Amino acid sequence: MTPPQQGRIGAPVAILAELTHRCPLGCPYCSNPLVLDAREDELPAAEWKRIFSEAAAFGVLHAHLSGGEPASRQDLVEIVAHCAKVGLYTNLITSGIGLTRERIEQLSAAGLDHVQLAIQDADAASADKIAGYEGAFARKRAAAGWITEAGLPLTINAVIHRANISRAGKMVGLAVELGARRIEIAHTQYYGWGMLNRAALMPSRAEAEAAIAEVEALKKSLSGVIVIDHVVPDYHARYPKACMGGWGKRGLNVTPSGKVLPCHAAETIPGLEFWNARERSIEDIWFNSPAFNAFRGDGWMREPCRSCPRKTIDYGGCRCQAFALTGDAREADPVCHLSPHHAEIAGIAAQGEGAGSAPAYHYRQMKLRELAE
Amino acid sequence: MEASELSTLSKPRLPRGVRLKYDETRHEWLLLAPERVIKANEIAVEILKRCDGTATFSAIVDDLAAQFSADRARVEADVRALLGELAAKRMVDL
Repeated sequence: MTPPQQGRIGAPVAILAELTHRCPLGCPYCSNPLVLDAREDELPAAEWKRIFSEAAAFGVLHAHLSGGEPASRQDLVEIVAHCAKVGLYTNLITSGIGLTRERIEQLSAAGLDHVQLAIQDADAASADKIAGYEGAFARKRAAAGWITEAGLPLTINAVIHRANISRAGKMVGLAVELGARRIEIAHTQYYGWGMLNRAALMPSRAEAEAAIAEVEALKKSLSGVIVIDHVVPDYHARYPKACMGGWGKRGLNVTPSGKVLPCHAAETIPGLEFWNARERSIEDIWFNSPAFNAFRGDGWMREPCRSCPRKTIDYGGCRCQAFALTGDAREADPVCHLSPHHAEIAGIAAQGEGAGSAPAYHYRQMKLRELAE
Repeated sequence: MEASELSTLSKPRLPRGVRLKYDETRHEWLLLAPERVIKANEIAVEILKRCDGTATFSAIVDDLAAQFSADRARVEADVRALLGELAAKRMVDL
């Protein structure tokens, strides 16, 4: 891997471009913000092309085209072709809805490197219920077939939560059947809509442990067949994740309207000043924007992080989660057992215990109608 | 399965979605794969440049041993180790 030089900030490795917040699905774990960018505020293709050119020139290697559903944009092929032209490793992160065989062939010909297709469950009825979209599962299966027939390498993305956790292993089997070379099994992270739906999504500790053990065993037995990237659940952990590989260290996000963020949830932290790619270059924003510099290094840290030997391993965890759960983004991520707020995590995780019915989902939608009640 | 069985007749190749790239910004060779960036040292670069899907494992080892005047058994061990590791990660097809 390519960590930046000691004492100076290196170029980012990856840009995550949220081309649009429009999406036909309503997945309740979506990490997009609750207030979504409207279509009329989206950057036009010409602006995205300039952003990708700047990013590539300045050292970005991977471009992740995401959303929302990036296929909701009519100019997706044009944007992919430009990413390929400037040498970026171009990855499409899609629900599969909105892709046709013809469109996938066009994306492949345009130079797309890789596709990540999200699947909600190995059981069709459950998958459609989670996505809030009748027939989604069948359409995803079809899309997976077109993707592999076009010769594009496929990763299946599977977000794990209460409704599908007992089928984590089956989802790995499904990914192999669909011809994927890789699968991301990611336990839900509670941001955006995922945070709003936390009580409905939280599994029990026993379910989480069983799923983790099952997937870890498959990782070994399926070595060379499928690569399993496993993101284990935060709330049942002892130490926090090295969120984003460190704030402002490896990657940046661009929202549909051009705001450049250190991570997709950064706007939830009050007081940060974000710069917009409409007005400044990506390089200028990466090095100089107040939001990117807010949590670089360790000057911002408090105890127990400041004197902790793990501060160079996990950077104190996730700033957004620290803010969401303690009210201060400079606190240790309370997932860490050394955090004075850690006991509260156990209380929240306990929402997953008990066989009773979970609350109904607040499905992701462009307007927050349900919250107005 | 195909991936972990490296034989002298294997014709290793980088599959679509895995790219060896010289990074002008960082001045180093990198192997790019889905959500992965791996630094490739000089030896790895020489090996991977030869993984074109037509040269056999044996031919790659012969070529490297000749070009670098190196002990063939040692070269073979290096190539086997690298390709085995990358095949397990599905970054090389054998």
